[in-house]
Amino acid sequence: MHSILKNVFVLVSFAAIHTITAQDDMVHIKGGTYTPLYGVDSTAVTIDDFSMDVYPVTNADYLEFLRKFPAWQKSKIIPLFADGSYLADWENDLSYGNQLSADAPVTNVSWFAAKKYCECQGKRLPTIDEWEFAAMADEKTADARKKETYNQKILDWYEAPKTFNNEIGSTFKNYWGIYDLHGLVWEWTMDFNSVLISGESRKDVDKDSNLFCGSAAVGASDLMNYAAFMRYAFRGSMKAKYSVKNLGFRCAMDVPKI
Amino acid sequence: MKVNQPQSAVLLLVTAFVLLFSSCNNDENKEIASADIPATVEMKAILTSPPHVPPPTGKRKAKKLIVDMEILEQEGEMTNGVKYMYWTFGGTVPGSFIRTKIGDEVEFHLKNHPDNKLPHNIDLHAVTGPGGGAESSFVAPGREKVFSFKTLNPGLYVYHCATAPVGMHIANGMYGLILVEPEEGLPDVDKEYYVMQGDFYTKGNYGDRGLQPFDMQKAVDEDADYVVFNGKVGAMTGDNAITANVGETVRLYVGNGGPNLVSSFHVIGEIFDKVRVEGGDMVNENIQTTLIPAGGAAIVEFKVDVPGSLILVDHSIFRAFNKGALAMLNVSGEENKTIYSGEIEEGIYLPEGGGIQQMPLRDGMEGGEIPAKSMAEKMEFGKQTYMQTCFACHQAEGQGIPNAFPPLAESDYLNADVNRSIDIVLHGLTGEITVNGEKYNSIMTAQTLSDEEVANVLTYVYNSWGNSKKEVTPAMVKSVRAK
Repeated sequence: MHSILKNVFVLVSFAAIHTITAQDDMVHIKGGTYTPLYGVDSTAVTIDDFSMDVYPVTNADYLEFLRKFPAWQKSKIIPLFADGSYLADWENDLSYGNQLSADAPVTNVSWFAAKKYCECQGKRLPTIDEWEFAAMADEKTADARKKETYNQKILDWYEAPKTFNNEIGSTFKNYWGIYDLHGLVWEWTMDFNSVLISGESRKDVDKDSNLFCGSAAVGASDLMNYAAFMRYAFRGSMKAKYSVKNLGFRCAMDVPKI
Repeated sequence: MKVNQPQSAVLLLVTAFVLLFSSCNNDENKEIASADIPATVEMKAILTSPPHVPPPTGKRKAKKLIVDMEILEQEGEMTNGVKYMYWTFGGTVPGSFIRTKIGDEVEFHLKNHPDNKLPHNIDLHAVTGPGGGAESSFVAPGREKVFSFKTLNPGLYVYHCATAPVGMHIANGMYGLILVEPEEGLPDVDKEYYVMQGDFYTKGNYGDRGLQPFDMQKAVDEDADYVVFNGKVGAMTGDNAITANVGETVRLYVGNGGPNLVSSFHVIGEIFDKVRVEGGDMVNENIQTTLIPAGGAAIVEFKVDVPGSLILVDHSIFRAFNKGALAMLNVSGEENKTIYSGEIEEGIYLPEGGGIQQMPLRDGMEGGEIPAKSMAEKMEFGKQTYMQTCFACHQAEGQGIPNAFPPLAESDYLNADVNRSIDIVLHGLTGEITVNGEKYNSIMTAQTLSDEEVANVLTYVYNSWGNSKKEVTPAMVKSVRAK
């Protein structure tokens, strides 16, 4: 009964998407089992099938959202949900101005706002595991983490300044058909702070805690995958109301089991 | 007598006990003392970029010292034509120098610029507390963290970023020095400078042009491409050399940021009158070379007695001449022939130049480099090679060094025969030659340069300093090499 109701709800909200936003390209990602960076073989994670946005949410998409939901405009948002940097570079409540591109990822958005946005599309934020699972693919392979070229591509991006205003689709299309997971902006995940790097990353090696093992990396599965280390470190420095210039998001959705 | 003996033994015991007790007590007092020094008045710390240091704390009382430090991720130049994405404290490598006094209550404001991609933090070895402050300073881009600490121990301390992956943050330049002066301050000197060594790891080899990404594997292998003072090759040479006058006392605050290599710090042509070993209380005297651990520091002091250029090096000497660990202290003033006769030029310490030296090689060289597309690029690339390979002997304006290395500027020997010049660069030259009427008898080693590089550097030489303006092509080099 319950699952039927849920499916109905998903269908209803799915229908509503078309009235809310222009960008609703999603792809189906076949779930599987993988070992996250912070884990060892015994901590492999199994992921169900899910759908993910092909592109990050853009400034234009977000403007549309703000028109429908004025409570999230920068002058009206509750301080609990966003810090002073929220949409900092926007000209006003309903204009991202001339400096930001319509087709660039929206950034300076808090986790609360990103979560709300996705909910209003009948979607949700991806989990860390889903995001990392989708993002370990390069153009050709589902898991490219061992490839030097894949890691180098990500690291080159970390060293490239001001990529946040590049247009969506300007990086590569990966194995799943998803663009821009690496190369434009960092992205919020639903449980971004569940794998913690504390301020003192060298201390995060306590075997009793399930913490990600900082730089000391005693328990990390791939010591050379330092691109991913940096992603986890970045997430660890965030709080839900923070807004950051290099941080955007995209949405995901459960795939109903038939 | 018999009665007295045990009495004196008891007395001795008591004395020993009192001594022991009181010395214990003294240590305790000292510890409590610095923690109890009141710091009430607020003051904003003056921060300086290397090689400068803020003014001495002198006789000032302990204060509440506000330190404002901004983290910037920015591109800079490692050496001619080589770009690197530095991560910095205060926009420089090493980061801004912080000068404090014992008992100061330092209120640290760490600001991560909104344009930065990564979170950072700071671990100051001068902090007594978890992570040296790292735990409370983990800061996302576009945010500021504030924490405070009391300076309990005098000394010179390293600070660095400790965010995962820690090694990478340090390797990209996130380190600097913080000085905690004792209550009475440090003795007065005439000149003070800030010098800090660091090792860098790039995808390309030393001198490979373009933006060079960080190479994690080389960092893990501790196989440094660059070992430098103050963040880049030549940060303190030529016009940027630090200076002093004859008769002055010089104090160098020398740090080693690492991440991997320890430094055998040495100043060619000086003896350190005093070294505050590892930046602590122990003073050693009359020292030639002092070891500075990665993540450590030393304060060295000496009086300069004669004019000339003193060369600062890591005496792991290939680092100095082939990886960049070389700086200069130019001393000006009256000669003193009793102390030094002054007949030998300082350049004599650099006979091998910066390139990799090897015996003559006749085989063709491998390619894979960026070819010059225009005369302007040939000149630019040629100059870069010149500055890395030829500069040490033939000098910046091709003037050479009298009696040692022949001039390239307006050189009749050079202009007379292009193929001979190419051959000398490729295969080296020994024996007597006459250049502009002067006889020279020295050795030039064969240079490990590609055809393209030889063409560029010779084109640069021929089109500079009043020479014949010939253009040398890779094909010309190739044909000489084939002979």
